[in-house]
Amino acid sequence: MRQSTARCAAFAFAVAAFLAAPAARAQQSEIKIGEINSYSTLPAFTEPYRKGWQLAVEEVNAAGGVLGRKIAVLSKDDAGKPADAVTAANELVSSDGVVMLTGTFFSHIGLAVSDYAKQKKVFFLAAEPLTDAITWDKGNAYTFRLRPSNYMQAAMLAEEAAKLPAKRWATIAPNYEYGQSAVAVFKKLLSQKRPDIEWVAEQWPPQGRIDAGAVVQAIAAAKPEAILNVTFGPDLAKLVREGNTRGLFKDRAVVSFLTGEPEYLDPLKDEAPTGWIVTGYPWYAIKTPEHDAFLKAYQDRFKDYPRLGSIVGYSTLKAAAAIIAKAGSTDTDKLIAAAEGISLVTPFGQVVFRKGDHQSTLGAFVGKTAVVDGQGRMVDFVYRDGAAYLPGEAEAAKLRPAD
Amino acid sequence: MDFLVVQFLTGLASACSLFLVASGLSLIFGVTRIVNFAHGAFYMVGAYVAYVLTERWSGALGYWGGLLCAALVVGAAGAAMEMALLRRIYRAPDLFQLLATFGVTLMVEDLVVLLFGPEDLLGARAPGFKGAVEILGQQVPRYDLFLIGLAPLVLAGLHLVLRRTRWGILVRAATQDREMVAALGVNQRWLFTSVFALGTALAGLGGALQLPREAVNHSMDMTIIVEAFVVVVIGGLGSITGAFLAAVLVCELNAFGILVLPEVSLVLVFAVMAGVLILRPHGLLGGAPAEARAMRLAIPPPWKPFTSAERLWVVGGLALAAALPLVAGAYALTVAAEVAIFALFAASLSFLMGPGGMPSFGHAAFFGLGAYGAALAVSGAGLPMAAALLVGPLLGLAGAVLFGWFCVRLSGVYSAMLTLAFAQIAWAVAFQWVGLTGGDNGLLGIWPEGFARTPHGFYWLALAICATGIVLLRILVFSRFGYRLRAARDSAARAETVGIDRMRVQWAAFAVAGLFAAIAGALFAFLKGSVFPDTLGIPLSVDALAMVLLGGVETVSGAILGAIAYKLLAVWLISETDQSKLVLGAVIVLLVVVFPQGLGGQITRWRRPT
Repeated sequence: MRQSTARCAAFAFAVAAFLAAPAARAQQSEIKIGEINSYSTLPAFTEPYRKGWQLAVEEVNAAGGVLGRKIAVLSKDDAGKPADAVTAANELVSSDGVVMLTGTFFSHIGLAVSDYAKQKKVFFLAAEPLTDAITWDKGNAYTFRLRPSNYMQAAMLAEEAAKLPAKRWATIAPNYEYGQSAVAVFKKLLSQKRPDIEWVAEQWPPQGRIDAGAVVQAIAAAKPEAILNVTFGPDLAKLVREGNTRGLFKDRAVVSFLTGEPEYLDPLKDEAPTGWIVTGYPWYAIKTPEHDAFLKAYQDRFKDYPRLGSIVGYSTLKAAAAIIAKAGSTDTDKLIAAAEGISLVTPFGQVVFRKGDHQSTLGAFVGKTAVVDGQGRMVDFVYRDGAAYLPGEAEAAKLRPAD
Repeated sequence: MDFLVVQFLTGLASACSLFLVASGLSLIFGVTRIVNFAHGAFYMVGAYVAYVLTERWSGALGYWGGLLCAALVVGAAGAAMEMALLRRIYRAPDLFQLLATFGVTLMVEDLVVLLFGPEDLLGARAPGFKGAVEILGQQVPRYDLFLIGLAPLVLAGLHLVLRRTRWGILVRAATQDREMVAALGVNQRWLFTSVFALGTALAGLGGALQLPREAVNHSMDMTIIVEAFVVVVIGGLGSITGAFLAAVLVCELNAFGILVLPEVSLVLVFAVMAGVLILRPHGLLGGAPAEARAMRLAIPPPWKPFTSAERLWVVGGLALAAALPLVAGAYALTVAAEVAIFALFAASLSFLMGPGGMPSFGHAAFFGLGAYGAALAVSGAGLPMAAALLVGPLLGLAGAVLFGWFCVRLSGVYSAMLTLAFAQIAWAVAFQWVGLTGGDNGLLGIWPEGFARTPHGFYWLALAICATGIVLLRILVFSRFGYRLRAARDSAARAETVGIDRMRVQWAAFAVAGLFAAIAGALFAFLKGSVFPDTLGIPLSVDALAMVLLGGVETVSGAILGAIAYKLLAVWLISETDQSKLVLGAVIVLLVVVFPQGLGGQITRWRRPT
């Protein structure tokens, strides 16, 4: 008897769980923006990212909203899977009636959502995915992207790499599209500037599963003068530890994607590499009025320092609000027309979403890593405006498929 | 030459942690027959606890004490899980315990983020083993040498315990013949609990020992669990020495393999497993006969077809499902189409596992091949949707015919792991063959056409195809072929005596299951509009397994219920919360305890009041 009661209770619970209607989410008068990201898979990036867009929403609404209405962000987790991201996009568009989609981190998820946006004719502002495909060879009219692409970051780093005397280069990159295209573009651009360069070794560890000791030995055996690294996160930590212990980085130049971002540099603490040429976000040393205002607002609000994710989240929602305001409407075609060529101010300064390829000109900081007071820091950095590292708009437009 | 020696040492060091985790897994499987999916979670918890303790305690004693304490804490947690959860379900069908440990894994993945924060944690380096020593002109980390020494010590210690203590003799006896040990009056409860404690403590130690090598993070469990299980299978289930040899083999092949082909790490362990299993069906050191009795899925009670009244219920249910577009909106219909697709996918696996008696850990291979087949038919060959839905599944069928030929030559978990190996090889091909498959950026623009463009149109299409598929599978179960298949499952020897070619029948079952999974996959491609390598991946195979087990592996169509419950819950939770894994895991654990025969098993019980 007792057991069957327990069964009934469990069954009733399961049924209730399916039937329970989602709580009322937003009032009619609000402009709803759909947001999707890998919250459960990549919390280290997405937590600061979420704080960033929350701050932006609060600022926009405090200033009276857009088109006389407040904005509300409906945020969904994609569990790190493109299929689940499409389900989330579908719920936001079909069921919740959002006026646009934003977000995503992984390149393949960004592409899946961008293809959904094209099919359903919805505006999509990709926040983070770095793949060049999303604005170029798989670009579409409905998709715009905020972050500097793989190509842009490779171009910034290749420019610095060309100044080094090193001639023998080796590469270490995670074995997936991001790593593959980062290496391909970097190689191409550097070899153009420096035909004397020789590529002597390459390693392609699977993402998240680097066998760091073996990789470090294999690279060292090729005796390169400089190394390009594209790994990040836990793989980077393993690589740095093994590399330091085995002396791989001693007397060698290292150029590294994303390593200056607090998300990846801070966990390394006093073991952070020194003297690597990296892209990143030195929030502690940027002295511009736009960034000062952002930093103060962020720290007042969250009692924490911003990561690069915070900048991406904040700028994405600021851009979304600016696009709606400029369009004067939430109609998709008007949003696209408004977004093409729109100019706005982010914590990194003025950026433009280019009409030709829907890529924003947000740039990145390029500098060297150092350890200051037991912390990994970027020093001797400069801000590189994204516009200078993109092909011309007409040329870029040719990279896109004809719609 | 010097370099090669040092590379060899590096491979040995990498083998240490893998061996510790694998040895624990092998011990647990050997004695309890439980595929402990949560083993990776225990490894991860070991690393997190070790981080917390070593940050708090100072000095060399604090550091090493912290690592050991972490292992003890994890061992205690493992014993607690065994007593609180697994003891309740030992009488359930084989592999059902896997579902419970899967639920625990899901919970732990979210819990560590809630407890320890989202950021990667880089622990201190081991005192006394910080730098490197020069060997043959190359720098070798001292800690690597420590690990190289530790692994054989642990192996020797385990050997001593298993050979020289009464407890060890009981463990070995239970590994050989569990029923006989019970019949001799040994208290199995405490034997199982103690084996779980030791096995999980080894996993915890393996995790703790990674502290000086890598940053502790919340995805460590998934990276180790599959590799550890592969190592156990290569070595031979239940063989500790075999696990050691396999760990060394895999790590050395990787260390040298990347010198020749830098991309090889992606698939190496699975290729090695496939090779070893094809040559040695019970792994390097595994024994064949002792396990024959316990390894097979338990024989379910005989099935009976639906009565006329029950058929009416089914028709009524289908009519209701077909009427869904009258009340549901676009989003609900898309989710319903997804549920229908997964019901067919789960039913196809259930056909293989139930009547076929062949568990598969890589069923997503056929689903994914079907999806790629359909997507390539559209994007490569320019075929319309209807043709793609016909042609696409043939790729899955071809895969099933090819993989099945090898798999029916193995038994039980070895066969299941061989399907996993093939699935991973197919995944790696889809991932790496960028020119054909687009690599991990996938194939885009696979959208339905004509009347199926609308959500209700596609829903009706998916419902019609999936319901037909499920009915056909059910008819097959009660056909002559189905009876032959069940005969081959229940007694291979007797089946062969009456003239049934066991391998042929099982091979045909593989082809059938693969074909229907591929049909589901082809529909899935059009539902999502894109195909990525993760349609071939381990998580999807595990999802299918969870659906079948939740539905009840001893029933004919319980998997449908399992798929509906699991998929609806997953979609709803991901939409509602960022802690979807925590809640989903908790619900699975709850359902496992309440319905140890699965949801469908419960209905069977209602059909046959006892």
